Amino acid sequence: MTNIYRHIGRYTLMLVNVFTRPEKRKLYRKLIIDEIDKIGIQSLGIVALLALFMGAVVTLQTAANIDSGWIPKWTIGFTTRQTMILEFSSTIVCLILSGKVGSNIASEIGTMRITEQIDAMDIIGVNSASYLVLPKIIASIIIFPFLVIIAMACGITAGALIGTSTGVISLTDYEYGLTYSFEPFQVSYTLIKSVVFAFIITSVSSYHGYYTKGGALEVGQSSTRAVVYSIILIMISNYILTQLLLL
Amino acid sequence: MIQVKDISKSFESNDVLKNITIDFHPGKVNFIIGRSGSGKSVLTKCIVGLMEVNKGEILFDGRNFTAMDRWDRRGIRQEMGMLFQGSALFDSMTVEENVMFPLKMYSNMTKQEMQARVDFCLERVNLSGKNKLFPSEISGGMQKRTGIARAISMNPKYLFCDEPNSGLDPETAIVIDNLIKEITYEFNITTVVVSHDMNSVIEIGDFINFIYKGEMCWQGDRSQILRSDNDILNNFVFPSEFMKEIKDVLRRER
Repeated sequence: MTNIYRHIGRYTLMLVNVFTRPEKRKLYRKLIIDEIDKIGIQSLGIVALLALFMGAVVTLQTAANIDSGWIPKWTIGFTTRQTMILEFSSTIVCLILSGKVGSNIASEIGTMRITEQIDAMDIIGVNSASYLVLPKIIASIIIFPFLVIIAMACGITAGALIGTSTGVISLTDYEYGLTYSFEPFQVSYTLIKSVVFAFIITSVSSYHGYYTKGGALEVGQSSTRAVVYSIILIMISNYILTQLLLL
Repeated sequence: MIQVKDISKSFESNDVLKNITIDFHPGKVNFIIGRSGSGKSVLTKCIVGLMEVNKGEILFDGRNFTAMDRWDRRGIRQEMGMLFQGSALFDSMTVEENVMFPLKMYSNMTKQEMQARVDFCLERVNLSGKNKLFPSEISGGMQKRTGIARAISMNPKYLFCDEPNSGLDPETAIVIDNLIKEITYEFNITTVVVSHDMNSVIEIGDFINFIYKGEMCWQGDRSQILRSDNDILNNFVFPSEFMKEIKDVLRRER
């Protein structure tokens, strides 16, 4: 239990340092753009690929489970939309990104810690926490919602393509299902979740990297811990946000 | 001048430094020597502020570093340069970007002025033309020299070198030693070198501080180390029979 309090205390202290006044704002602009590329643009491929297949699978599974004549065909489009918007595009995509982006951040910062690169920054007088972590947090908060929108679009499009090409649903039915009882707030809800998850992934992973001690083995352990803690926190916050925003 | 006054540092019940008092002189190469685990690195980290002392004061030209908060310390930190044991170069940056990093963060120089300063520092450590290479593309000796170039880029008043020769062949080690000595004299820097390379100590050490089990055991200059009757020091500096013979020869020569 004491260990948890220690982690919370150190995480909070790190965040205080991260959000204190940056050294030179002009430098941060370039760092943020670099991080948007590393965190977001380089994850575009995997996000789109997963969303395409997930949209297709949800469409086919829903079709396979509708064998009653009482359930209209457009339910396939409706289910695909709800799955992609409410859960897949934000929660599942962010869980995947916590593995890709989170481990990358923790190992990058962890390696910098054990090779004394962070000490070198501190000695110069640079606020290393802010310099290393703030651009990652800002970049992920900016780019994650875009990834989520792309995931939604890819999943829904793939569902339409697979559904119509395999003949399980007509395009008209699919479109009707997509628009049926649509609440625009659900998109806002998922975008809000993606921002919160982006913050969790980058700050938790940075925390584990920043306080790495030891050598290569410990960097690996930090990386694993970053992913595990990020996933746990994403799931908890997903529940809390759903309770707060949807009910 | 850097004055370390009666500092102590402990980790839980382990007393690593006990009442250490040292003066580091400007324009001189000041050595901290001692066996592995004697507290040399902890002492250096306390002096540069990477660790907090439990007791005592550290003064940089009369300014009490230990009493300052993080923001006030930044002013003094910008007067420090440090060469790390593993060079600690930023591996995502080129040699040039590494040297330019402190200038970008703190100076108000124009791009051209920064470039001129970087070129001067790289030339000073004989690394002209290596600007665009990454740390992974240069040798260990070149990495150390890049580390020195980065450390002097802000024209520091205080230079700290942690095991500057570790992992280097004897010939390259001498090049690094001479570079540290030349830079110290040329720019009148207060240089503090942590080392257990006795060749360096005898070759370039102006003042030597020997720490044993966290306590100051011996202080003196290069010539005094050869004449010392301190058994602990002699066992450390001249551990083998061969080295003891060398000591006798050196004593006779000096």
